[in-house]
Amino acid sequence: MSSAAATEAGSMTERLTLVEGVREGLHTEMERDDRVMVLGEDVGKNGGVFRATEGLYDEFGGGRVVDTPLAESGIVGSAIGLALSGLRPVAEMQFMGFMYPAFDQLVSHAARLRSRSHGQYTCPLVVRAPYGGGIRAPEHHSESKEAFFVHEPGLKVVIPSTPADAKGLLTAAIRDPDPVMFLEPKLIYRAFREEVPQKSYEVSLGEAAVRREGSDISVYTWGAMTRPTLIAADNLADEHGVDCEVVDLRTLSPLDAGTVVASFEKTGRAAVVHEAPKTGGVGAEIATTIQEEALMYQEAPIKRIAGLDAPIPLHALEDYYLPQAVRIQDGILETVEF
Amino acid sequence: MSTQDDTDYQNAIETAQLDDEPIRILDDDGTLLSSAEPPALSEAELLEMYADIKLARHFDQRAVSFQRQGRIATYAPMTGQEGSQVATSHALDDEDWLFPTYRDHAAKYVHGADLAALLKTLRGYREGYAIPDDVNLMPEYIPIATQVPQAMGMAWGQMLQGNDDTAVLCHLGDGATSEGDFHEGLNFAGVFDVPAVFVCNNNQWAISVPRERQTASETIAEKAHAYGVEGVRVDGMDPLAVYAVTRAAIKKAKAPTDDERRPTLIESVQYRYGAHTTSDDPSVYRDEAESEAWRDRDPLDRLETYLYQTDVLNAEREAKIEARIEAEVATAIETAEAAETSPERMIEHVYEETPNRLQEQFDELSTLREKYGDDAFAEVLG
Repeated sequence: MSSAAATEAGSMTERLTLVEGVREGLHTEMERDDRVMVLGEDVGKNGGVFRATEGLYDEFGGGRVVDTPLAESGIVGSAIGLALSGLRPVAEMQFMGFMYPAFDQLVSHAARLRSRSHGQYTCPLVVRAPYGGGIRAPEHHSESKEAFFVHEPGLKVVIPSTPADAKGLLTAAIRDPDPVMFLEPKLIYRAFREEVPQKSYEVSLGEAAVRREGSDISVYTWGAMTRPTLIAADNLADEHGVDCEVVDLRTLSPLDAGTVVASFEKTGRAAVVHEAPKTGGVGAEIATTIQEEALMYQEAPIKRIAGLDAPIPLHALEDYYLPQAVRIQDGILETVEF
Repeated sequence: MSTQDDTDYQNAIETAQLDDEPIRILDDDGTLLSSAEPPALSEAELLEMYADIKLARHFDQRAVSFQRQGRIATYAPMTGQEGSQVATSHALDDEDWLFPTYRDHAAKYVHGADLAALLKTLRGYREGYAIPDDVNLMPEYIPIATQVPQAMGMAWGQMLQGNDDTAVLCHLGDGATSEGDFHEGLNFAGVFDVPAVFVCNNNQWAISVPRERQTASETIAEKAHAYGVEGVRVDGMDPLAVYAVTRAAIKKAKAPTDDERRPTLIESVQYRYGAHTTSDDPSVYRDEAESEAWRDRDPLDRLETYLYQTDVLNAEREAKIEARIEAEVATAIETAEAAETSPERMIEHVYEETPNRLQEQFDELSTLREKYGDDAFAEVLG
């Protein structure tokens, strides 16, 4: 949680998981603004398959918490129309792996309504989707394809890694005048709790958070990979005396290049950790940004610690596929010792 | 499987279409309806169908229990729906193709999938998706309705290549009829008049959303008319009716008469007794009494009663069948649990030839495994 948010909130906090942070973000924003509505598959009575919308149907009714037919393109397309009509829809895609039917609506329309209409129309829409592996889910339930959306101008891409950020970033996303892809790391939906302000607050989009200060190397990550990266950083400090700076990007588009570059200028070395396939992943964008803006500070090749260029396997092997602490540590050491 | 003349059922289908009543052959108790004639299946075929349904139910119970014990991952139960799955696959000829969803375990098994392989997939091994060479079956489809245009295309391809003895059967759920792919697939099927049969397993619930909130149409079968495809409703918990209707549709797909269209959409009206998957709790969204009411039309009970009434089945035969299927499922479990996998499987079959960059990524991982041991890879969150 940013220190500004904590101060603003005073002492009224509650200990929440990340998925509860999402729910609190929806709840406080629906209370504050009656234009905000939630739509998707199973989001109403069932409270969402991950319980992210639990209780909202009872409190706000079926008119604002809408169980739709099973149709991703229909959900996002209708949400675009709802947004055009003046409402503030938050559409849920049940899993990122199922959102491809909505891809056309997102990239052909949501992303460019503003530019296509020369600013006449806007699309204040949020699309929420759980993403990523590690929860022993069936095929198509573990994808991490944030790069698809980062590549599309006009879309914002946000990934929280803490309960307090989940609430604050989602609030900011709902209030944002542009379409926001809000991707939720389901591996850490319930992995830990932290104090979250009860009141409504925003964590600004487009601002990375330095989770750990350090001087030897900058390690950039987001979402579910933030936890193993911090574990790796602690291990490296204890076992090798390596002092990692860990930067949680929080917003992948627009990228907080200022924080990325400033951290690199301090350390001169970089590693990027993501669970998405390595090729064409957001890690490549971060590495190139550093090359373009801070080449003269560079003391070692930039290391990408990522998923393989293969479909994420079924659960028996997914721990080999996802970066975990030893892989992250090893990659960081290789860079530091270059 | 059957080569009998199904004209009677074709007539029944046409009559039933007029009032949207699902076609039935057995009443709720399993007695032959006075207006109906049983499909021309031999005693052996009837017993085989019965044994397959019984095996499916036993497998389903074991699978749910295994999921609870943590021995397999998320599982989509099929109890209540096995009768329809088994009957549709019995209606196929070996050369026909089957496009299954994630819930069609029994349909896959009957058409030639290996029981142990189904369990391997549930244990998290992609090897379980491998299809035996002589079986015309696709791996299960998990994204909803995506199989519909593909099944249409397979049927189209068979037709274009003159394979007139091959039809395609495609399973989907009631929720799938909301997806664009359903409409695109059915529309193509009508336009190109392909030898395909689409079976909508209308189990009344798409996770928590009831059929009535999935479509404002009175029936799912009626959607077929918009695409120039024949639509028919059948009691999906009456295995004999499902068999008869599907068999007629498959035969028509391969050899329509002058006034017939090849493709058919069958709405198999049934009920999912249990959860959508082991990950959800149906008590949150539906009334248990509703589920109980459907159990009065249970497909296994009905077929069993019918077979006892017609002396095809007796206690001795039933006991024999029971022992056989329990042994078969037990063996499949043993085989699946003895199976081993290896990280190499992650990069196999991604491309015909593994690209260097992927191989290098894997080699890097292998070096780390040697250095730190496999235990270090056991948990991502440490």
